[in-house]
Amino acid sequence: MSNSQIPVTQSFDGVVEVLALPAQGMVTLRGDLADERLREAVNDTVGVEVPLVRRADFQDARGVIWMSPDELLLIVGAGQGAAIADRLQTSLAGGHALAVDVSDARVVFELRGRRLREVIAKLAPVDMSPDAFTPGDFRRTRFGQIAAAFWLVDDTCARVICFRSVADYMFGMLCHAADPAAELIVY
Amino acid sequence: MSTRIATGGRLTDRTKQVDFAFNGKRLKGIQGDTLASALLANDQMLVGRSFKYHRPRGIVASGSEEPNALMNLGRGARFEPNQRATTTELFDGLEAHSQNHWPSLEFDIGAVNGPMARFLPAGFYYKTFIHPRPFWKHIYEPFIRQSAGLGKAPDAETKDADTYEHYYHFTDVLILGGGVAGLQAAQVAAASGVRVTLLEQSAHWGGRAPVDGGTINEQDPDVWVANTIAALQQMPNVTVRTRCMGAGVYDHGYVLGYERLTDHAPEAKGPRHRLWRIRASQVICATGAIERPLSFAGNDIPGVMLASAVRDYATNYAVAAGDRTVVVTNNDDAYRTALTLHAAGLSIPAIIDVRAGIADSPLIAQARAAGIRIEQGRAIAKVKGGKRVTGVVICAQAGSGGSLDDIDCDAVAMSGGWSPVVHLWSHCGGKLHWDTAQAMFRPDAERAPTGAEGTPFVACAGAADGYFALQEILNDATETALKSVTQCGGSVSEQPQTQGHSLPEAPLAPVWLMPQGATHDRRAKAWLDFQNDVKVTDVQLAAREGYESVEHTKRYTTLGMATDQGKLSNINGLAILSDALGADIPAVGTTTFRPPYTPISMGSIAGEARGDLFQPIRKTPMHDWHEAHGAHWEPVGHWRRPYCYQKAGESVDEAVHREVMATRNSLGLLDASTLGKIVVKGPDAGRFLDMMYTNMMSTLKVGRCRYGLMCSENGFLSDDGVVARIDDDTWLCHTTTGGADRIHAHMEEWLQTEWWDWKVYTANVTEQYAQIGVVGPKARAVLEKLGGMDVGANALSFMGWADGTLGGFPVRAYRISFSGELSYEIAVPAHQGRALWDRLLEAGAEFNATPYGTEALHIMRAEKGFIMIGDETDGTIIPQDLGLDWAISKKKEDYLGKRAQQRSHMTDPARWKLVGLETLDGSVLPDGSYAIGSGSNANGQAVVQGRVTSTYHSPTLGRGIAMGLLLNGPDRLGDVVPLNKTDGSTVEAKVVSPVFFDPDGEKQNV
Repeated sequence: MSNSQIPVTQSFDGVVEVLALPAQGMVTLRGDLADERLREAVNDTVGVEVPLVRRADFQDARGVIWMSPDELLLIVGAGQGAAIADRLQTSLAGGHALAVDVSDARVVFELRGRRLREVIAKLAPVDMSPDAFTPGDFRRTRFGQIAAAFWLVDDTCARVICFRSVADYMFGMLCHAADPAAELIVY
Repeated sequence: MSTRIATGGRLTDRTKQVDFAFNGKRLKGIQGDTLASALLANDQMLVGRSFKYHRPRGIVASGSEEPNALMNLGRGARFEPNQRATTTELFDGLEAHSQNHWPSLEFDIGAVNGPMARFLPAGFYYKTFIHPRPFWKHIYEPFIRQSAGLGKAPDAETKDADTYEHYYHFTDVLILGGGVAGLQAAQVAAASGVRVTLLEQSAHWGGRAPVDGGTINEQDPDVWVANTIAALQQMPNVTVRTRCMGAGVYDHGYVLGYERLTDHAPEAKGPRHRLWRIRASQVICATGAIERPLSFAGNDIPGVMLASAVRDYATNYAVAAGDRTVVVTNNDDAYRTALTLHAAGLSIPAIIDVRAGIADSPLIAQARAAGIRIEQGRAIAKVKGGKRVTGVVICAQAGSGGSLDDIDCDAVAMSGGWSPVVHLWSHCGGKLHWDTAQAMFRPDAERAPTGAEGTPFVACAGAADGYFALQEILNDATETALKSVTQCGGSVSEQPQTQGHSLPEAPLAPVWLMPQGATHDRRAKAWLDFQNDVKVTDVQLAAREGYESVEHTKRYTTLGMATDQGKLSNINGLAILSDALGADIPAVGTTTFRPPYTPISMGSIAGEARGDLFQPIRKTPMHDWHEAHGAHWEPVGHWRRPYCYQKAGESVDEAVHREVMATRNSLGLLDASTLGKIVVKGPDAGRFLDMMYTNMMSTLKVGRCRYGLMCSENGFLSDDGVVARIDDDTWLCHTTTGGADRIHAHMEEWLQTEWWDWKVYTANVTEQYAQIGVVGPKARAVLEKLGGMDVGANALSFMGWADGTLGGFPVRAYRISFSGELSYEIAVPAHQGRALWDRLLEAGAEFNATPYGTEALHIMRAEKGFIMIGDETDGTIIPQDLGLDWAISKKKEDYLGKRAQQRSHMTDPARWKLVGLETLDGSVLPDGSYAIGSGSNANGQAVVQGRVTSTYHSPTLGRGIAMGLLLNGPDRLGDVVPLNKTDGSTVEAKVVSPVFFDPDGEKQNV
């Protein structure tokens, strides 16, 4: 049995490169983000501090993403989601928090290239100007007709997450937006 | 005749020839032409027939205000009707067809309407075709539709060959219009460092200034335009786009930009149109102004054009509208046209100026010096000609039209003054004031569209603001830009200095009818709205018939209601109306401008949402397997679920029958991954779920499952599903497939707005798991074959769940049943779903493992009398209607819906209640069939006493079964009721228990 099966394995080379990334560990953590115990537990388990509002902080491949005033998304190694969720549940036991493995619920795409700001802005109603959206910034939004979220790794790399069931639709939209003949230069 | 002038044409390159076709005739233009300029260069003055009277019509304008030159463009998958020739850039191979004529443009049978015009005045259709009533639908409307109408609809069998896209853009200052005002505003705003976006609808920067003359910074306007745009393009905080029209201004600084990327090069790759969805802090409308026609008899004959358009064609495209052009005007600006044509060596027989006794302004003096005959105080009594102008009859403006002179000519350049393009200003509520001196509506800066802060977010600049001299335009643009920058929190330290010089002009004379006392005959030939065929007499008639409101007159006469939205006709029509009513123009007011400024394509609105991307389709981890195995799909929410799996040669009914029988007799497999799964956790989770569900969830023991009902606060059944208790403070709630997102939002809403102090967290983990129903007498056998956990009757009893492994897969097994069979639902992390599915098929082969779809699922639940949300419920059904009282806790103080269910209508014993229905002849009842009562109601309809909610052929029982709601149903077991059929007859059915199969649950409890 394979543990690394990913739902979309295509890649597309257009205005930007569109890649479906291999499976990653993902954990949804809901709780009081100001609570010291929670902040320590996150740092202990992931090795990254709780980030500021609408930020995604990474230490190599492990990251903590601000999702809402009481929700974080933890990015951990492939296959580690369930174990990390259990560890958090244990270390936060007695308090009020919810940690669940959502590694399989979502897929991650990567966009690489100089024009990824314009490509994203064709699908998501987000101000993508370099001053408004900087590396490490994160946004929960929509791409076309589906819920999605993304963050900027650096000026030429972004990651986009959406639910697993609509991975094909997301991939199709990203390719449409990255069509070389549709290149748009704004920033 | 109209023709190409030997030299000139600032926008064209006459070394490059472009071939195109008009009505099948092959013609030649040159690069840079619009379709309109190319047609005129080929002496094609007749370009279409009018909407109502089928009168010959020619090109009037040179821009987006053009009412007549609408074309069917392209063919097949690229066919598009109603395209304006004036804004269509010419390209090699362009094919255009004129519209609204039969059988041909030159000879049109519909033109009999012309002589009949006196019988077709405003309101004619309303008055004539109202009786007898049924005639409208069956006789009048089809007939009128055939004779009216503009372009053809595209062939229904073709699909648009192009692609489209959206782009979300954010900016501080958005400037619409790239003329002198827009460019100046852009460079002032850009100097502050704020983000500036400048859109120009045409392919060229500079607007009218390069045609109209004057100097900017003592240079030709063209030079300043080129330098300014070049500098703007270098600035990192500036975005500029040509061929991108500001289409609409909406609340909160939302603006649509319509970019036409490949209309001028249809074979080019890439999207045809891009819709810019812009959020701007401040919007500056530098949209210029539109020249007004004059109302005189025959002003619609081909060859009568706006004076500015005649000038545009001569200067921009080296095209002469005629050899001999009479200029008729109430202002100085039209003299520029005379001077331009004169300089090009063309003849100007006369300038007819309605103004009497005015002193020579510089422009008038130049015309005189050029030796052009100027007739002051004169008017055109009528234009002579049919399909083209042959001459004009001159009269005194003050009189009723007595002929003073006949002048031969082949073109008439008319100017009735200018109207600022205030459309975009008005879209979001900007108000106007009447400028009596210039006879025009101008934006009223005191009543600007306001944003969320209550401060203005739209301003106008330049001609759009009512300024026409170059220096005034530049000053206004600078001032407007500075204000906008300040509103954005920016400031400009060094203002770009720009000096403009243009000739001073004498005031215009407001003239709305020519001559002033024109007779009825003449007024009935004086067109206001060329596209909708509205004449001066129509508006006067409307006024006489009591239409005092401009909005009513508009609808009664159809003035300004065509695709051009009255860009040329609005003010003239309004002036005629106010005159007829004896009121001032501002007292009568204007109609409301609405977006879009000109029509935008449907494709641009759809963006990427077409074909495969029309709508997201949600796919389970086993989707590909289903597709490869004959899945007959059913949409459920955005999911696709197999309705059944058709084998080769099998009908849908046969497949469903096979799936049910295989499951009942041995083993069925169901992809249940789409069911919603919501984790609810926290110290208050039990209390919370007791409120969400009608029954008790807090008392559920860890390791057990309970079926629960959810109601809205109005008491109506909203969702159902199995709830499992995971640990002390954690529950997992299953929802219906379509209900997952909705129920999650429902829970969050109550938690965030009502019970915000309760300690509960929820998480929607629907997509984390693949879930497989393993169903049938051999369900346990196949799981035991996989091995790894005890799924025996004692270890995992009915309505229990357990974590473990099966065949090496980490699973959570729920022993629940929606079919009445021995049944497990196995949840596994989604990425392993397909592998487990394959393994179950393989291991189940010896038991004839049969994947089944939603229809088999529905039939088996109906055989067991289980309700289905959306079948038995429709938003008006409470659990008590469905005999679900057992699932409603009597002990609980409260739950959502409890109080509503105690209201008198909800407790009415006459509410229809759920029963089973068995036809006496074994047939299947029609879906939605009504149980007929006796007699008829006040509306003469048959009284009904119930209705069918679910109906199937039961393969298990070999007969039709149904569930339905029936008056006093549960008390009428054994009664026979008539149910109606689609053919008008009825079928008799016996009222029975809704549980048709295995009422004691012997099969599921093994």
